[in-house]
Amino acid sequence: MAEPILALEGVCKAYGALAVSDDLSMAVARGTIHALIGPNGAGKTTLVGQIAGQIAPDAGTVWFDGRDITRVPVHARSHLGLARTFQITSVLPGFTVLENVAVAAQAHAGHSFRFLRPVAGERALNDRAMQALETVGLTARAPMPAGALSHGEKRQLEIAIALATGPKLLLLDEPMAGTGREETERLVATLQALRGSVTILLVEHDMQAVFALADRISVLDYGRVIAEGTPDAIRGNPEVRAAYLGEEDAA
Amino acid sequence: MIRAVPSRSPIPLMLLIAFLAVPAIAGASDTSFLIVMATRVMIFAIAALSLDLILGYGAMVSFGHAVFIGIGAYAVGIGAAHEIYDGLITFPIAILAAGLFALITGAICLRTRGVYFIMITLAFGQMAYFTASSLSAYGGDDGLTMWGRSEFFGVAVLNDPTVFYVVVLGCLVACWGFARALVSSRFGRVIRGVRENRVRMQAVGYDPYRYQLVAYGIAGMMAGLSGALLANHAEFVSPAYMSWQRSGELIIMVVLGGMGSLHGAVLGAVAYLVTEEVLSHYTEHWRVIFGPMLILIVIYARGGLSRLLDRTGSGADG
Repeated sequence: MAEPILALEGVCKAYGALAVSDDLSMAVARGTIHALIGPNGAGKTTLVGQIAGQIAPDAGTVWFDGRDITRVPVHARSHLGLARTFQITSVLPGFTVLENVAVAAQAHAGHSFRFLRPVAGERALNDRAMQALETVGLTARAPMPAGALSHGEKRQLEIAIALATGPKLLLLDEPMAGTGREETERLVATLQALRGSVTILLVEHDMQAVFALADRISVLDYGRVIAEGTPDAIRGNPEVRAAYLGEEDAA
Repeated sequence: MIRAVPSRSPIPLMLLIAFLAVPAIAGASDTSFLIVMATRVMIFAIAALSLDLILGYGAMVSFGHAVFIGIGAYAVGIGAAHEIYDGLITFPIAILAAGLFALITGAICLRTRGVYFIMITLAFGQMAYFTASSLSAYGGDDGLTMWGRSEFFGVAVLNDPTVFYVVVLGCLVACWGFARALVSSRFGRVIRGVRENRVRMQAVGYDPYRYQLVAYGIAGMMAGLSGALLANHAEFVSPAYMSWQRSGELIIMVVLGGMGSLHGAVLGAVAYLVTEEVLSHYTEHWRVIFGPMLILIVIYARGGLSRLLDRTGSGADG
């Protein structure tokens, strides 16, 4: 009966003759960690773009928290409670780690047409930022320029930035991409700790991480959801094995 | 404490001391040339400062920034043509007119980015230039001579070169202080964030367009003030004030001094205009010498003269 936090309804997106999202429907229940997997070229990135608002669907509806957000611009989605991380790390390299997170908090704490007071001294923003950094274990890095962080730390920072916006849904676009084993374990632990406090839609290649974290998994192939269920059900699904896991085993 | 703007550069103080020393030196040497020249330098420093706000901090490469100077200058000039010399009327009009023009054109320009933004600001600049050229009632191509400087409370205070100098210095310090506060404020942080990564800023909930437009308007107003001062300085207004070459010179000043530091723009204005003055004594083709100098600075001193000075001052890292 609970209304899903995010629902896609018949979403279509084609680039020329190539249907990247093909009448795609899925829903993410509140409070869960929902994983979205699929082989390369399945349409994951395009789907993320349509949920985040960078890409407009050709047809279909995106519902978020009971509202039709299909035509809502990116920045406004953030204010509705949708936060995302990027597959290719996207931070403000010249800002400090703290300021990267504080600027995200700032967008959600009063307006920013304030011209004279130094923002670096705003306690409320810095406190909120430090809280988010603590969640991802980056407090020691707060005064460093974000550009100087290691790749794994930047991935953590992305999550802290997203958390600082106070989201209802965290859309994570391959957070483990390019990270080492140890860094992956750290990220998994971080997300594990977030369980329940925020709904997470995890788009990820790392199968181990997905099966460790997900309550539900949707499998995408050729722009449609070909299977959805618990990790156990997905693991046993022959269609999924053929489309994806087989490829993974072979690799 | 984490600073939004890291540099604690000694340059602003050095510049201030130098500017304060000018009237004393000029008084001792008994020549008005120095003070007149320094006044002109500071007027352009205000314009360069305003360009640095949007170019250095906002990555908005405006190639039509001189237009705002021109509008400010024409507001004062046209006022003078109608016997309105009261600076309390013409200066606010100059500032507001330039700001309004910035908001209107910016609303269109800022829908584009990169090379397109440069082109469209240039196009608006040329439109304004030719509009000014066709104002036959106000001198057209030949420009407009003013028969006196602006008055404040009925007194033509700007007629005294030293008083005029102090007023311009006061304007420069005020603009610098305001710009400094601005870039460290909430608003400034958003502007700098958009420069760093526009997509990221949208993702955390900012609509970059609104912030950039306001910054563009503020920069326009500041340049409008410098235009009003320039008209008084030259007692003359002409379309050349808003030519694209002038806009290019402003960009050179900002790049030469160092983008995104504010005092760099002031330093750049000083360096550019003094070099022009000195070199043009020797040859009218002074740009042949200046060009290579600029290239060397851009290649070997990333961050311009201000970085160069800061580095030599503090020994190592800049």
